Amino acid sequence: MHDDLDSLEAQSIYILREAYSRIKPMAMLWSLGKDSNVMIWLAKKAFLGKVPFPVAHLDTGLEFPETYAFRDRYATEWALELIKDACPPLEATDPTLPHNSRVAARKTLGLKAAIAKYQWKGVIAGIRRDEQATRAKERVFSPRDDAGAWDFRDQPPELWDHFAADLPDGVHMRVHPLLHWTELDIWRYIKREAIPVVPLYFANAENKRFRSLGEIGITFPISSPARNIDEIIAELAVTREPERAGRAMDHDSEDAFERLRVAGYM
Amino acid sequence: MSAVPLPIQSADQQRASLQQGRAFPIVIVGHVDHGKSTLVGRLLHDTDSLPTGKLEQLKAVSEKRGLEFEWSFLLDALQVERDQGITVDTTQIWFTTQQRRYVIIDAPGHKEFLKNMVTGAAQADAAILVVDAAQGLAEQTRRHAYLLHLLGIRQVAVAVNKIDLIGNDAARFRAVAESVRNYLVGIGIEPQAIVPLSAREGDNIASRSVNTSWYQGPTLIGALDAFTPRALPVEQPLRLPVQDLYRYGDKRIVVGRIESGRLKAGDRIRFAPLGREATVATLENWSGPDRPLPALTEARAGDSVAFTLDEDVFVERGALGSSPEHRPIDANRFTVRLFWLDKQPLRKGDRLTMKVGTAEREAQVESIVESLDVETLDAATAQQIERNGVARVVLRVRPPMAIDLYETLPRTGRGVLIRGPQIVAGLVIESAATRVSTDITAVDSSVTVQERIEMNGHRGGVIWMTGLSGAGKSTIAMATQRLLFSRGRHVAVLDGDNLRHGLNRDLGFTDTDRLENLRRLAEVAKLMAVNGSLVLVSAISPLQKYRDMAREIVGEDFREIYVSADIALCEARDPKGLYRKARTGEIKNFTGISAPYEAPQNADLVLDTAKPLEFAVTTLTEYIESIFGELPWHPDI
Repeated sequence: MHDDLDSLEAQSIYILREAYSRIKPMAMLWSLGKDSNVMIWLAKKAFLGKVPFPVAHLDTGLEFPETYAFRDRYATEWALELIKDACPPLEATDPTLPHNSRVAARKTLGLKAAIAKYQWKGVIAGIRRDEQATRAKERVFSPRDDAGAWDFRDQPPELWDHFAADLPDGVHMRVHPLLHWTELDIWRYIKREAIPVVPLYFANAENKRFRSLGEIGITFPISSPARNIDEIIAELAVTREPERAGRAMDHDSEDAFERLRVAGYM
Repeated sequence: MSAVPLPIQSADQQRASLQQGRAFPIVIVGHVDHGKSTLVGRLLHDTDSLPTGKLEQLKAVSEKRGLEFEWSFLLDALQVERDQGITVDTTQIWFTTQQRRYVIIDAPGHKEFLKNMVTGAAQADAAILVVDAAQGLAEQTRRHAYLLHLLGIRQVAVAVNKIDLIGNDAARFRAVAESVRNYLVGIGIEPQAIVPLSAREGDNIASRSVNTSWYQGPTLIGALDAFTPRALPVEQPLRLPVQDLYRYGDKRIVVGRIESGRLKAGDRIRFAPLGREATVATLENWSGPDRPLPALTEARAGDSVAFTLDEDVFVERGALGSSPEHRPIDANRFTVRLFWLDKQPLRKGDRLTMKVGTAEREAQVESIVESLDVETLDAATAQQIERNGVARVVLRVRPPMAIDLYETLPRTGRGVLIRGPQIVAGLVIESAATRVSTDITAVDSSVTVQERIEMNGHRGGVIWMTGLSGAGKSTIAMATQRLLFSRGRHVAVLDGDNLRHGLNRDLGFTDTDRLENLRRLAEVAKLMAVNGSLVLVSAISPLQKYRDMAREIVGEDFREIYVSADIALCEARDPKGLYRKARTGEIKNFTGISAPYEAPQNADLVLDTAKPLEFAVTTLTEYIESIFGELPWHPDI
């Protein structure tokens, strides 16, 4: 009856309820990828069927058509309060960043704009520690300064699920309810719960599929014959390929992703 | 009996099956530069858990910096860490042995980053303590080991690293192993293995090394695979800190995580500190739109639950659910062991917030019992505790809170101290002074005022609310009583009108009778205040001389509150129809119509009832808590 997915789920629900109880107003980021779909599912479990805060898609206008179709269908089916604000253009991003990072940095600017517009004190994001080495350093409750920046040199202690949630003025909290999950956990849970995902995760006729889903132009499919969830799970259990191999912005330079994250990227 | 042939599994199949199941969390701790990050890199490599291209990437990073190949670059993900060669913050990484999946928590060894080390270690079931073979135990090794024990980690393997650098010398290893074992046993940890190894060379990590043929014990991975997962306290008494309450239509749903024990529909549940009891009606769940819900019959330790109750008892965040039979300790004075993480030292008299489960209380440091030298394990008296220090401290909280002792129920016997927005200490509760039993009916002299203050968390006092009939005195008093009560305050309302039905029914409305009426009201209020209650008196008390008399009777714990509303407003409200009767002459001597009302000139607080009721209630509550809520400090009691 109880397995490791049950304990991962229980921990995420605990985190979501802590955040909702202590930080207001708050929103959840919905990238439309597999992780954020699991996160919305967990929120529906935590709050017994209704997500009690808005769900924000920071839209660069560069999502795949399948992704937009998915968003519009499930925003309705899941009765989400969807915010779909457009991100600022490429010209507004830091010109010293490499090109692919600049495309990604549009999301950071979009997030900052949304935080200012809706006065959010908390933003829930579906990052995982196993995705990327700088994300592995994250806290569950991670304060960001008034510029949205992450002070990784001086992160607050977190002991036994005690998260400090009182915020000084101008600071917002990033809340990470999936930090302790792995990519394989996510797929096993999607299978168990039958959570819908964008079909781009499954192999097409050319045996290409997306393992990590982002914008057109900076995300690329991997070679894989996995056509259903079982095949994806079997593939992941033995693969040595990193999950974000298809994400161009991670590979611009040694610290490209760290620079993005310190500046407030998800 | 015929032998059953074992199914033959490919390496991939074997690996795939191992990816299921909970990852066993282990933390790697030890002094800076003793080789933790290198060891993690080697563990990943030797268990074939590195992603494709990672090794090549690390080689490129090392070459670019003109350095020898550095395993630690694998974990030191931050630019500053790679540049300075130290781990700043804790990180996590997954690997799989032939036995099970692990998540390894790499904790920084640098003294500066102890808060990051404890953050990492608090999540682990077991630990690897890394010790440099040449240097032996160092200050941070001792501190980390001590903190492991305090954090509740009982399974420890010691990696005596860099054995190659001392020429694989067996005698030297035995000397180091002996001193490490002595220290660990001294703090209550029996190490499960002490392994001589070289993280850089891979000796005794995954396989036994020929360089240390004198060593007969397990490899490091063998030692890890021998650890047992920490069991959730399912068979212990129920503890369920309430996180929140959701109201869906008529349904009130209580949510929280079960820290120990079990819960099912039909169970009786008690909520500390107020002691309200109810029966669990339903366990709530959601499993997707239009899907039949598998009936949730029982939840247990580790589960995040939602449930409804059979009656509408008052429950809020911070309450601690238990069975009525196996209650937590209700106390306001604790001896705790804590580790201090803030730059600003901890001093006697400091005020902080203590958090255990979801309950938070104002706490004050009554005394620093002793400071612990982790080097020598000597305890000494101390005036203050510096950052990264370990100490035994007596804390006093108000109002009392429901807790357990750490040794009985660790998950509700530990907590944190918070100052401003920051967690500044972790603590475990060693002993608690329970509250005076409320079942004892004592004559006054057997309980002192100070004892009452300690028990209630506040002083008693008289909040005398004056104003015209219909101004809203009783309404405000009742709502304020409710709010104060919900915060655990001892509170009562004395309503002038109500007392005229009993105690004062022999009195009329002449000036003399009104004076006597208020004298008795003040005397009763005083008695109740002396016995610890916050007494909200709702009485028109029209003349200043009446109110001065009441102040004289009660003494310094008297506050005069003017509930201000003009006569036109009161007459328009006329809740009891009295103004109408006064206008028609049915009632004589009616304040504001046929008798004078003197508005207070020097009220302690004025409540403007033109504003919404909540505003007056909040203002009054905050005022009362600011005056009577403060626990006077008597360190010598």
